[in-house]
Amino acid sequence: MESLRWVQHRCRRLLFPESGLSWYSPADSPPQKNRTTSGDSPAYKPAGKRRMVIARHGPYQDEYCSISKGYQGNRIRTTKYTILSFIPMNLFEQFHRIANLYFLFLVLLNWVPVVEAFQKEITMIPLVVVLGIIAFKDALEDFRRYRFDKVINNNITKVYCGKQRRYVDKCWKDVCVGDFVQLACNEIIPADMVLLQSSDPDGVCHIETANLDGETNLKQRQVVRGLAKQGSDVIPENFDSRIECESPNNDLNRFRGVLENPNKLRVGLCNDNLLLRSCTVRNTETIIGIVVYAGHETKAMKNNSGPRYKRSKLERRLNTDVLWSVVLLLVMCLTAAIGHGLWLSSLKNPAFIIPDGISPVLAGFYLFWTMIIVLQVLIPISLYVSIEIVKLGQIYFIQNDVDFHSGRLASGVQCRALNITEDLGQIQYVFSDKTGTLTENKMVFCRCSIAGVDYPHEDNARRLELYRDQDCDDDDDDDAGRPTTKVKSRSSLRSLSCRSLNCNHSSVSLHTLTGCEMEPDLQTEPLDGGAPRQTAFSSHMEKDVIPDPQLLHKLAQLPSPSLPLLYSTGDSSQEIPYIVDFFLAMALCNTVVVSSPGLLLPNLTLEVPRNPIRSLEDLKLLFPRFGVPRFAALSSPGGNGLQEAESPSNFTQRLLFRMKGSASSFALPKVDVGEGEDSPVRAPSPAQVELGALVSEAAEAEPWLEVESGGDGGPDQDEAEELMYEAESPDEAALVHAARAYRCTLRARTSEKLVVDLPGLGHLTVPLLHVLPFDSLRKRMSVVVRHPLTSQVVVYTKGADSAIMDLITTPKDDRQAADRLRHIRERTQLHLDDYARQGLRTLCIATKVLEEEDYAMWLKRHSYAETSIENREELLQASTSELETDLTLLGATGIVDQLQEQVPETIEALQAAGIRVWVLTGDKQETAISIACSCKLLRATDKLLTANCANKEACEVLLADLLKTVEDGRGAISGFTLVIDGWTLELVLRGGLEDSFLKLAGCCRAVICCRSTPLQKSQVVQLVRDKLGVVTLAVGDGANDVSMIQMADVGIGISGQEGMQAVMSSDFAISRFKHLRKLLLVHGHWCYTRLANMILYFFYKNVAYVNLLFWYQFFCGFSGSTMTNYWVLILFNLLFTSAPPLLYGILDKDVSADTLLQLPVLYQAGQDSLTYLPSTFWYTILDALYQSLACFFVPYFAYADSDISVFSLGTPINTSALLIILLHQVIESRTLTWMHGAVLLGSAFLYFVFILVFSSTCVTCNSPSNPLGIGVRHVSDPLFYCVCLLTTVLALLPRILYRSISNSICPPDLVKAAQMDRLNPDERKRSIQLWRASQLAALESQSGGGGPLLINAEDEAYRQGVGATGSAVS
Amino acid sequence: MMASGYSAKEEDGHHPGASGATGSGVAKSKKPDNTAFKQQRLPAWQPILTAGTVLPAFFVIGLIFIPIGIGLYVTSNNIKEFEIDYTGADMSSPCFNCSQGPSWNSTWPCHCSIAFTLDQPFESNVFMYYGLSNFYQNHRRYVKSRDDSQLNGDKSSLRNPSKECEPYRTSDNKPIAPCGAIANSLFNDTLELFYIDPNGTRTQIPLMKKGIAWWTDKHVKFRNPGGTNLNLSMVFQGTAKPVNWHEPVYELDTDPENNGFINEDFIVWMRTAALPTFRKLYRIIQKKSNMTPTLPRGNYTLDVTYNYPVLSFEGRKRMILSTISWMGGKNPFLGLAYITVGSVCFFLGVVLLIIHHKYGNRNNSADIPN
Repeated sequence: MESLRWVQHRCRRLLFPESGLSWYSPADSPPQKNRTTSGDSPAYKPAGKRRMVIARHGPYQDEYCSISKGYQGNRIRTTKYTILSFIPMNLFEQFHRIANLYFLFLVLLNWVPVVEAFQKEITMIPLVVVLGIIAFKDALEDFRRYRFDKVINNNITKVYCGKQRRYVDKCWKDVCVGDFVQLACNEIIPADMVLLQSSDPDGVCHIETANLDGETNLKQRQVVRGLAKQGSDVIPENFDSRIECESPNNDLNRFRGVLENPNKLRVGLCNDNLLLRSCTVRNTETIIGIVVYAGHETKAMKNNSGPRYKRSKLERRLNTDVLWSVVLLLVMCLTAAIGHGLWLSSLKNPAFIIPDGISPVLAGFYLFWTMIIVLQVLIPISLYVSIEIVKLGQIYFIQNDVDFHSGRLASGVQCRALNITEDLGQIQYVFSDKTGTLTENKMVFCRCSIAGVDYPHEDNARRLELYRDQDCDDDDDDDAGRPTTKVKSRSSLRSLSCRSLNCNHSSVSLHTLTGCEMEPDLQTEPLDGGAPRQTAFSSHMEKDVIPDPQLLHKLAQLPSPSLPLLYSTGDSSQEIPYIVDFFLAMALCNTVVVSSPGLLLPNLTLEVPRNPIRSLEDLKLLFPRFGVPRFAALSSPGGNGLQEAESPSNFTQRLLFRMKGSASSFALPKVDVGEGEDSPVRAPSPAQVELGALVSEAAEAEPWLEVESGGDGGPDQDEAEELMYEAESPDEAALVHAARAYRCTLRARTSEKLVVDLPGLGHLTVPLLHVLPFDSLRKRMSVVVRHPLTSQVVVYTKGADSAIMDLITTPKDDRQAADRLRHIRERTQLHLDDYARQGLRTLCIATKVLEEEDYAMWLKRHSYAETSIENREELLQASTSELETDLTLLGATGIVDQLQEQVPETIEALQAAGIRVWVLTGDKQETAISIACSCKLLRATDKLLTANCANKEACEVLLADLLKTVEDGRGAISGFTLVIDGWTLELVLRGGLEDSFLKLAGCCRAVICCRSTPLQKSQVVQLVRDKLGVVTLAVGDGANDVSMIQMADVGIGISGQEGMQAVMSSDFAISRFKHLRKLLLVHGHWCYTRLANMILYFFYKNVAYVNLLFWYQFFCGFSGSTMTNYWVLILFNLLFTSAPPLLYGILDKDVSADTLLQLPVLYQAGQDSLTYLPSTFWYTILDALYQSLACFFVPYFAYADSDISVFSLGTPINTSALLIILLHQVIESRTLTWMHGAVLLGSAFLYFVFILVFSSTCVTCNSPSNPLGIGVRHVSDPLFYCVCLLTTVLALLPRILYRSISNSICPPDLVKAAQMDRLNPDERKRSIQLWRASQLAALESQSGGGGPLLINAEDEAYRQGVGATGSAVS
Repeated sequence: MMASGYSAKEEDGHHPGASGATGSGVAKSKKPDNTAFKQQRLPAWQPILTAGTVLPAFFVIGLIFIPIGIGLYVTSNNIKEFEIDYTGADMSSPCFNCSQGPSWNSTWPCHCSIAFTLDQPFESNVFMYYGLSNFYQNHRRYVKSRDDSQLNGDKSSLRNPSKECEPYRTSDNKPIAPCGAIANSLFNDTLELFYIDPNGTRTQIPLMKKGIAWWTDKHVKFRNPGGTNLNLSMVFQGTAKPVNWHEPVYELDTDPENNGFINEDFIVWMRTAALPTFRKLYRIIQKKSNMTPTLPRGNYTLDVTYNYPVLSFEGRKRMILSTISWMGGKNPFLGLAYITVGSVCFFLGVVLLIIHHKYGNRNNSADIPN
């Protein structure tokens, strides 16, 4: 059954490639929702399509065999064809194209005797060649897939073998459902498995999903509940449970099932128990799992999508013109058919007519079809193939552009859609996400407000400035032309910090610093192949927060013994508990995984997944020597219940963790061993605690900027430095790093407890009771912990201000406290607004103390919700919301998300290129506006229009009002910017106000949509795209941008911090926003002009050539005769004139990249489709007609009334046609390199060689157009050269004349720019400035005076312009 | 804060479709080479066509074309050509009677002779052509109606001609040799030329019937089956003559070197003409000595054995006498065309010069768009 479904799926994919393309296409087999209504019964009723998994070597062998028959093995086959099926299937696929079918029809038509035009075989050549080229390409791709499959299938993993009763090495392809697989750290998971056992004492295991989605942060997986408690190893033979789960589906975030023990005990399985194929095991020594889905049924494979096919604007244009060609063809054929009929009917059986008794009408009808064969070249079959090849070439050049590879990610640009390169040159609207697209998505803690007191963190702000300045300094030499531009070179910054660190750290520990790519390190070497970064969200900028002195001072009072007292009194007037709780919340309320870099190194080379294991074994050997004291140092007097938790394996883990932490700097352990020898093993002595305190005090005394000062860090400092935080989102990491700057360091995290340092208190162990994870609905997350100081059950919640503020309560009984809390709340709100205005992302932090009995009650409900299988999500949601009420506000944080480098310049350039830039963001209005200001989307002189309204009527009025304002203010104000919020947008989209909205937006230079949902983003894109009929581009980096990216004509993903979803759904992926500038202005422009020119050239070429044949019909009684040798006729397009246009389409360069970047206005040529207008098409056709007339009639008159034979006449005509067509390309080319020269000369040379060889060797072949002797005679005849020369010159005369006169009298911008490229650098610079100045002046005169900013700019440019003309005169 | 949903990227690190072309997986981390080719900075010639750059070319073309044109025109004018229409469509024409009668089937030969006068002597070798008008030798099906391998002497094709020859493939169940419509419609008028002395004596002018076909045709493409020495009538035994012919192919000439398929009149006919009005080389009148012209000024008679019917398709038959130069026959078109194009180019050059002076300076210095 399953395999059948799979086959169906494959077939569907194969036949309708579009259906499987969308990344978010609905699951092929949507997960069954269990619809049993009995909500309180956790019973799992198998219904519908479910899968039962039984251990392969377990007790139920027979059942296993019967059940597992239908399940797929783990062998994967991504190839489309087998050797046998290749030819039929490939042909079948190829004939899905209309063009190919048309030519097949022509070939078949030629087999009908009455209409036969050429020899049957000859007509097949073009089709066979085209099909052959494509089939070859397909075969090559398929072979690559085959080889990849083979590598993957033959990976080795450890699988339990029933005979040998142990885990043996097996290939991935031999793994079956029900197998037990043992994996070690850094190994890749071969199939979807349910985690049964982990070496981790808590039964967790970490996996990295980089192979799946590019996210390098670790995700935690949990052993199936109940199994972990058994404590013993899972023995496959005795594994008598059955697993029931959903049928394979593609939902990566969902897995539902139950594990049923023989004693009918059922344990729910969820996503947390599932290990996904192609993820990597991290931070966990060994795990054992049972395979539930294998091969193509795994979620990773189900999510596989092929390349995307979109049709570009140019291609749509092209298709209409192909239709025009068809019309032209029909007209020509009809003319010939009618002519033939008339001609025949006027004859009285002359000698040259073969009597066949066909009436003239019927003969005319037959001739119609003959002519369709003869003139087939008019429909450019080779055009489609050529376009594909040209686009491949263009993509090759885009991907090879070094400028896209600047910066530390070095991921360059990925072209995922192969056939819309030219759309990049026609973009009219750009829709951009904000976070991660315009900004770094590098959250840096900036400031905070605690208990209503704002801590401005001025030093920290200065530090951030420093980072920016450093960036700028790096760039000045990069881009001499524009002193303000910045090419960010992170590596230099990084190397700086590395160097300073080098002073006091051993070189070995260096590589543990986040992704220091500069380091020629052994362990990082294999990384070059794969990992874009090593650790999520932890650059120095994010880590090195400088604390606010005031706050630090307050926190320094913490170690006073009265602290627990303060808590116990519950006196809310005291600030200290707020501060402590605030920092505790910052450190605790997250899902950050603490790890150390040693084991994190992603080992992506599949062949050797085991290497790191050895180091693990080594560590175990080392353990007796020095491990114990190190571990002891970890425990703290405050830690309750620590001792009992130290099981040996846990201990090993901790040891490992420490080892990783100290990064095998062996000097340290030695010291520790010395210390450890005289301290008891399990009970930490007071002396040690004192030592710890001392160390931390010493550290406190140190200058904070240890990195920059190169200060000497103590051993503890060292170790602290090497902690690494793996966060799901950058905000979380920022907060943890910030807390750490205040010595509230999150040390370790397990599923049951957290270890936290507090200044002056040392290590505290905080029992973790619950984590209520973040979701976008609630916009908050919470943790439930037992407070380390008061041992109360405490809830810490953090989230968006809108989500938290409503949940804050003020106690009603205590007036004073209520006042105070209200005061705090007001103050905090004030600060929040202030932060938002500064463009900071705000988060609120709140807390709540739970009474034990309340907690117990909630726990009961919650655990019920957790274990239920029906409606689990809903129940969990309800119980979570129940907990997150009546919170006490602690404070708020402001996190700055810095603009990416060169964003303002890029936006400015895009706007100058005539592209409307819209920003669609989920942020608050104030934040959005402030970011828009800083990225120059919003200029100081612009007038801001805000549209916020509550209902439709108000909205209607408001829009009309705004429109009026715009119309009134037009001319007086340099530009308008519309800011609209999500709610208003919703009203606009729903209430039928789209038209007035678009009209208003059309008057504005920029539009900012804030607080918008992903759906709204895509709706806006759709609205603009469909209603205005413009080419849109959407750029984003996160999952929330996916729908927008897919909706736009061109979707661009930024491979940033938020995983790969946006990238996977995009057409192009870039690493920085600034690359958009070159991608559009340079590559887009080139791709469009090249392709448009090439297409026009193809039309020209075909029309010019085919009309030669048509003119001849007037002299052969419209009989469908050709004066050209059939071979030459067929090969003319296929061989003699095919390579030059390809080269033209790939390499032609009208204006240099520099000029295009500096004069964005040149982009408008592409936007307005200037290269390929309908009129251009018809001019081209006219020119082609003229050229063919010249090319036919000059030889005609030259040889009129002579003894020239049919095919002798064809030779000069063909030769001149070839010369004309090649030289025409020279005229049209903007650049001619040696390659052009080689190809053009090669084509001509090939033609002559062919003619000569053919005419001297072909004796009886190729009847009736036997060429024997013709070529040789012509080549030795001076008249032939005279004819060719005259024809060529006469044919090309009008085009040369037109080009040169129009270029002289009113040169288009592109020609002017091309002329600038030829000037020497100084002159060029001056003329570019002059151009810009005149552009500004034009703008000025349009708007009739603008802000002072513009006037200044004009002044400066004007002065430079005067200088330039002055020098030109002299 | 982002919900960290994730979805699959590429199956186990490789990608099915796109990777083939783009190598999205591979290209990821590789920094491309900074070569001129890959960065599209190959040194290039960038022709920008403006009045300034193009006008020298126009002058050069003008300067080259006008002399060529004059040369061609003079050459063409030096060629002597005489043409006479002997169709006999006119009542006044001596061949009127013959023209009414003949059909392909008539066996009775009709003779007529036309007198003409050459005003100028023809000095060098004179080529004698017959010209046909409105005869579509280039009709698609006519052109195809032949069997090249039969004509090349292939014996199996002799017995079993190609299907392209239908309906002139067999006659009375015997294969036709040579088959096909082209051969069937072979031009079969006989033209003879007599010089009338001022004193009234008729001297027949010797006409060379060999050397009128292309060398490659005569020696490579056309061959009699079974070599040259055999008795041709034996070779062609069992074949039928084309229906319109009066005698079989082996009786075209008495000279064995000019008989059968290698008969040059036949070969010339078989090279189908490109245009409906054409001429074909019939005979060559060779120059006898340097002293006397090949054809002196004076009166001549053209004796025609009138067989070929053309009036059914409003055709015309002509006899052409022409001398020949390096550029072939007389044709003033090419010379005039060269002169015209050359002059036009020169004129355009002047126009461009004016344009260049008016607009060129503005463009060559830094641009001021407006």
